[in-house]
Amino acid sequence: MSDEANKGLLSPLRRKLLMGMAAVPAITMLPRASFAQAPATSAVNTTGLAVTDTEVTVGILHSATGTMAISETGSIEAEKLAIEQINAMGGVLGRKIKFIQEDGASDWPTFAEKAKKLLVNDKVAAIMGCWTSASRKAVLPVMEQYNGMLYYPTFYEGLEQSKNVIYTGQEATQQILAGLNWIAKEKGAKSFFFIGSDYIWPRTSNKIARKHVENVLKGKVVGEEYYPLGNTQFNSVINKIKLTKPDVIFTDVVGGSNVAFYKQLKAAGIDLSKQALLTISVTEDEIDGIGGENIAGAYACMKYFQSLDNPNNKAFVPAFKKMWGEKTVIGDVTQAAYLGPWLWKLTVEKAGSFDIDKIAAASPGVEFKGAPEGYVRIHENHHLWSKTRVGRAKLDGQFELIYETADLVEPDPFPKGYQ
Amino acid sequence: MFGDYSLGDLGSIFVMQGFAGLILFSVYVLMALGLAIIFGQMGVINMAHGEFMILGAYVTWMTSNFFQSYLPGLFSGYFFLAMILAFVASGALGMLVEWVLIRHLYKRPLDTLLATWGLSLMLQQAYRSVFGAREVGVELPQWMLGSLHVTDSIEVPINGVFVMCLTVLITIGVAYVMYKSRWGRQVRAVVQNRIMAGAVGINTEKVDRYTFGLGCGIAGVAGSAFTMIGSTGPTSGQLYIVDTFLVVVFGGAASLIGTIASAFSISQTQSTLEFFMSGSMAKVLTLLAVVGILMLRPQGLFALKVRK
Repeated sequence: MSDEANKGLLSPLRRKLLMGMAAVPAITMLPRASFAQAPATSAVNTTGLAVTDTEVTVGILHSATGTMAISETGSIEAEKLAIEQINAMGGVLGRKIKFIQEDGASDWPTFAEKAKKLLVNDKVAAIMGCWTSASRKAVLPVMEQYNGMLYYPTFYEGLEQSKNVIYTGQEATQQILAGLNWIAKEKGAKSFFFIGSDYIWPRTSNKIARKHVENVLKGKVVGEEYYPLGNTQFNSVINKIKLTKPDVIFTDVVGGSNVAFYKQLKAAGIDLSKQALLTISVTEDEIDGIGGENIAGAYACMKYFQSLDNPNNKAFVPAFKKMWGEKTVIGDVTQAAYLGPWLWKLTVEKAGSFDIDKIAAASPGVEFKGAPEGYVRIHENHHLWSKTRVGRAKLDGQFELIYETADLVEPDPFPKGYQ
Repeated sequence: MFGDYSLGDLGSIFVMQGFAGLILFSVYVLMALGLAIIFGQMGVINMAHGEFMILGAYVTWMTSNFFQSYLPGLFSGYFFLAMILAFVASGALGMLVEWVLIRHLYKRPLDTLLATWGLSLMLQQAYRSVFGAREVGVELPQWMLGSLHVTDSIEVPINGVFVMCLTVLITIGVAYVMYKSRWGRQVRAVVQNRIMAGAVGINTEKVDRYTFGLGCGIAGVAGSAFTMIGSTGPTSGQLYIVDTFLVVVFGGAASLIGTIASAFSISQTQSTLEFFMSGSMAKVLTLLAVVGILMLRPQGLFALKVRK
């Protein structure tokens, strides 16, 4: 399989799958025959999960309705694609993945209820799900009480770690610090204006960013503003930005407010090709609503952009579009959601078992070489080692990669000196 | 906080800030007008007002796409047609809703609250099924983007000017229809005494339907205009509904002047406070002030004088 010429004969999709499977060559070589060799159910499932000789059931738990459907739709799509691809190459330990999809309906108690249903009634082997921190916090006690396994895709504020959760998105320091370093060096930026939506993620992120600006970069935060979720009028804060003339506007505004913010920024005559703006809340998904012409020139700090130029991503993007439509865009979180089923599969195969305790123990060190963002590895703290990247928004709604960290950035959910 | 800035800087910022307040005022009036007609004249608490606005926004989006694909030469003017289509679409849906749902509930005003809230959920899901869960970006003609360069530090947003002009035109139109036209007199007659209005030969059912349709149609135009400043998605209507009710209730139901006065005082308070403190705190203080005034004056700023 390592023979280059041989690789060229395979379809791009198969090639990526094989790269992802490098850790378990026996199965990769014989995808068809693996059913016959599948280990006995009694051996790989000692705790009564929904695993049969031919199938294993997992849960998908996102909001398909309500406010959050805007964001969570991409995650659902990515998880379904990953499951289909895994099944196409023989499943997990010789078993096809079947999924049960539940709707959290953008309502946090509903998330907890549905998680309990998936774990207690359906006995799913893992749950791919949640998006907002609020939904994760609602589901967490359920996961711990009934000993389930959650693969959580969103970049989030950190300050959490659980045996029963694998965080496939970035925690705050992974997302913020390298981006700030880059812009401070590249633009000689000394003064920063923070603007965010008023809830835990922007507030925690800005707290970390402020400490970094003041203590490490020796810069100054000239303004820190929060607006209620759903706010649609930003003219006052834009005036304050004009008054304080910061080197960098640093934003974590979310949802519908985002659209209003960038449209009004442009209307107020702030030209993002001259005024540096660094956002940690805008992905390709959001630009669809904002409009490329309103945000072109802004910098976003993420770990994945749809435009990334690597073989994994070149196979992933067409596969995604083939399944979900040519016009679909893929944002950072969508890619992180795609990692969930793959990491679970690789962990199960490493552990040789579907048992939750064995998966939790086997997770650290699991590596996925086929990730569209490049190589990722699970850390002891159940977060991922991944690179931080800065992209510049273009008129067509895509990002152009400007900078990426040379090495993987270590996840640090409880950053010392930043709290 | 002003120590570091020159007088010139401060002067232009105050001009800009005054303008920001005026834009906010226009936005509030525009979104509240439709509701003021429906709630004020008919006593119907229309929780689906935001969804009628978003229908207008989606119509604008579709018109924009149509022009881009088939009539790219006329793209720069599509917005005017889009607003008319938005008015027609939202108005027609409003009349249908009145006929199917609202007219059975006139004697139970609180039930209209539940019924229209249910309607708003249904409409949101309908948009999600038809247009997809993701937000859509409405492409605007080039002349509507950007700002007018007045001086080096004073820039006037074009979309703000557009919304202001539109608000003035629609307000004048509504005032004319309600207070000068024959139809407006019929509406007010029905509001004041439904039975007597019927007895003198006014078709009250027809008046109700057209009034509701007009309110929804104006919501549609507002939604269309807000594609310039806000987002267009299945649940975007929810962003406006609270502020809208706030303006209408604070102004006093059934009073056009009240709506305008209320929009003016709320927007000016809000934008002035926003300049001196964080947006969230400004909102809290504004709401507190509104609650305080409503406790002293439950009928709102302006109320119709009626014999009790």
